[in-house]
Amino acid sequence: MFRSVLGKTLGFVGYTVQYGCIAHCAFEYIGEFVVCSGPSMEPTIVNRDIVFSERMSRQLFKIQKGDIIIAKSPFDPNMNICKRVIGLEGDKICTSSASALFKAHTYVPKGHVWLEGDNLRNSTDSRSYGPIPYALIRGRVCLKLWPPNSFGTLSESPTRKIIKTQSDSD
Amino acid sequence: GLTGGVSQSINEGDVTKYYSSTGHIGEDHGVGGSALPAGIRGRLLRGCSRHRHRTGPAGLRGASGGSVDAGDEKPVVSHAALFSSNISIKQLCPQPSLNPEGGSDCDVVLLNRWSVRNYEVRRGDIVSVMSPKNPQQKIIKRVIGLEGDFIRTLSYKNRYVRVPDGHFWIEGDHHGHSLDSNSFGPVSVGLLHGRASHIIWPPNRWQRIEASLPADRGPLDTEEEEE
Repeated sequence: MFRSVLGKTLGFVGYTVQYGCIAHCAFEYIGEFVVCSGPSMEPTIVNRDIVFSERMSRQLFKIQKGDIIIAKSPFDPNMNICKRVIGLEGDKICTSSASALFKAHTYVPKGHVWLEGDNLRNSTDSRSYGPIPYALIRGRVCLKLWPPNSFGTLSESPTRKIIKTQSDSD
Repeated sequence: GLTGGVSQSINEGDVTKYYSSTGHIGEDHGVGGSALPAGIRGRLLRGCSRHRHRTGPAGLRGASGGSVDAGDEKPVVSHAALFSSNISIKQLCPQPSLNPEGGSDCDVVLLNRWSVRNYEVRRGDIVSVMSPKNPQQKIIKRVIGLEGDFIRTLSYKNRYVRVPDGHFWIEGDHHGHSLDSNSFGPVSVGLLHGRASHIIWPPNRWQRIEASLPADRGPLDTEEEEE
């Protein structure tokens, strides 16, 4: 009697470990659900939206300009930030404000990306802390799940700061 | 170029300093997922990873020469990713008898990924981080300073640096042309990948890696400035 209980318990533990491994691999390599907070990506993503971010693009290094990504914050690795990629390595970024007479430009260094929120007035992003290393990116937001009335893929950048060059359309 | 052959005369008895000068993960020949039996492959979990890393020109093991992105080595990291098991190590490493020269100057270290899951490191730890210049490459360096420390740099654009919040300062033990914070500045803690805990190959170099700061590198104590 004791043996059968022990056997069943071990079997249960075995199943738990197996499903734990599968779940871990799924969250690590496939995608995860993210609850967003803050106003920095309005109107694309508002406070308390739930989105799904997929991991494969990041692992395969296929993140492109205009993608919304989840990344680890460069100043606190336990916090995540959700911003849009404005420039990849080597791209030219205009850092002065839109109304300035003399435009200032900077180039994104190798291995880094330039992020900006869609709500430019209320977003701390690469305009204040500079480009972040690509390796801090966790995943690419591909689908908005909640609220139901805005379910679906996310729209393009409303800020018109993304300079698409000829090679991007390939 | 490589300055290999000239290692700093660090106290050779202190093994942790002497052998931790590498910064580059070399290619792991013969590694592949297919090396693992199907059952083990199905249970992949991030407990530990085994990494090979080259230590420099032949004949002088342990002195990396510093120039870590020599370009002639592809930085491929092999993920054994199992919970325990030395068995996987044997399957993954090329047999020394088949490749005596190639295998003799490589160290294999055990990287503990579990201990860095909360991004806790100490000064003097040897860690692997994802390179800020190349997201596909992982580099192994020693942690010299944590957030808030003041560092006197060796070849950085500023002479003194305060490590910002959420960052740390890493250096290779051999300061030649090392790809470390002296070239790209403080590194974000989010790039931390693992902590090197043991050297497991070759067998005459089995040891536990202890956290120790080199004598002349370390954060500046603000009290010392009275001198």
